[in-house]
Amino acid sequence: MSDDHHSHDHTEPPSDLALKVKALESLLVEKGLVSEEALDALIETYEHKVGPRNGAQVVAKAWAQPEFKEWLLKDANAAIASLGFTGRQGEHMRVVENTARVHNLVVCTLCSCYPWPVLGLPPVWYKSAPYRARAVSDPRGVLAEFDTELDDDVEIQVWDSTAEMRYLVLPRQPEEAKGWPEDKLAEIVTRNSMIGVEEVCVGNDDNDEAISS
Amino acid sequence: MRGSHDLGGLEDLGPISPEQESSEPVFHADWEKRVFSLTLAVGFLGRWNLDQSRHARERQAPEDYLCHSYYENWWVGLKTLLLEKGLISKQELKTSKPDSGLADSGLSALQADDVGQILLRGGSVEMETEKYPKFSPGDRVRVREEVTPGHTRVPGYVRGKIGEIDRHHGAHVFADRNALGFREAEHLYSIRFPSRDIWGKNHQVGAAFTVRVDLWEPHLESV
Repeated sequence: MSDDHHSHDHTEPPSDLALKVKALESLLVEKGLVSEEALDALIETYEHKVGPRNGAQVVAKAWAQPEFKEWLLKDANAAIASLGFTGRQGEHMRVVENTARVHNLVVCTLCSCYPWPVLGLPPVWYKSAPYRARAVSDPRGVLAEFDTELDDDVEIQVWDSTAEMRYLVLPRQPEEAKGWPEDKLAEIVTRNSMIGVEEVCVGNDDNDEAISS
Repeated sequence: MRGSHDLGGLEDLGPISPEQESSEPVFHADWEKRVFSLTLAVGFLGRWNLDQSRHARERQAPEDYLCHSYYENWWVGLKTLLLEKGLISKQELKTSKPDSGLADSGLSALQADDVGQILLRGGSVEMETEKYPKFSPGDRVRVREEVTPGHTRVPGYVRGKIGEIDRHHGAHVFADRNALGFREAEHLYSIRFPSRDIWGKNHQVGAAFTVRVDLWEPHLESV
């Protein structure tokens, strides 16, 4: 760390950055500003406890129970809170429904706003410059990069999360999955379908892997 | 004036190249986990708010913001705020040793036992206000061209554009002023723009779409 003052963030090799982060962490712990255990608890929460399986439960319940779906679309905060998924970056939720005529796509062109309690932390691509740039100017081109093709008469609605409202897409329920129990429905709901870059399919590879893991 | 973080509509940034959902890890390196958790933990000390945090990442040199990875930008924002708010000194950042003789900050660190509850509680930005909302659903509004100096949540691509109020969300903390440390209520609206009204009538003919943006009343004027 002796050459610390010579380096700049954009040129330093990752290992140097890792050392600097570690050094700042030790400093803040020593100064009593953070606790190691609290840091570990924060990481544990978003690595293992809060993630898109929460959102999948919300979607599955909406598919299985029409009255829950109605509540979810009218008052997303209350309906989602009834399943226990509340808090940071999900304080002001709105759920938008995909239909045969409308397809919704969520983005944050200014940073990385994302509904944490139901989807966890955003994937790298959601935070990437190309996605943030093109979701609002070429949504069909963006969807094509996820191998999603919609009929020409489907209206795409893009939601740019510029305030503290957080958006969750309610994907369309596949015909083959009508009448399934909620837990089985939740297994086919992907994170990407709840952002709006994909539709939910029965039996795609991603789902199979998710179910077996 | 348009910041380097304001990316809507920018061209030639290359493919998105998403990782496979089923195999993408939440974090891609241990230091990312530490930067993420440090940012949240230090944020809970209450010395700055979310908009100040965003602004600290945004006001880097554009070449730095765009070349950095996501958590590198968080790292820069974290260091900037720690230094600016006096929670650490430049000397301490350089040596990683606490300065001797510095007064106790009087702040108490977030404890592991409190993490679950604090995250579940979150922080609502809804506020009470005496002000009557100026717009209602169906009203046509123009996004003001003037740009707030410093932090704003108006994306460049809708400035001067005309849209329709789709929904009134109530009064929320106004981000532009919150970034300056003032927690003030302004009415927030969802505004709907047909793609032709943003990008021109020849843009993607036959594949028109709509974009909705959430903006506060001071950003809008009647048409």
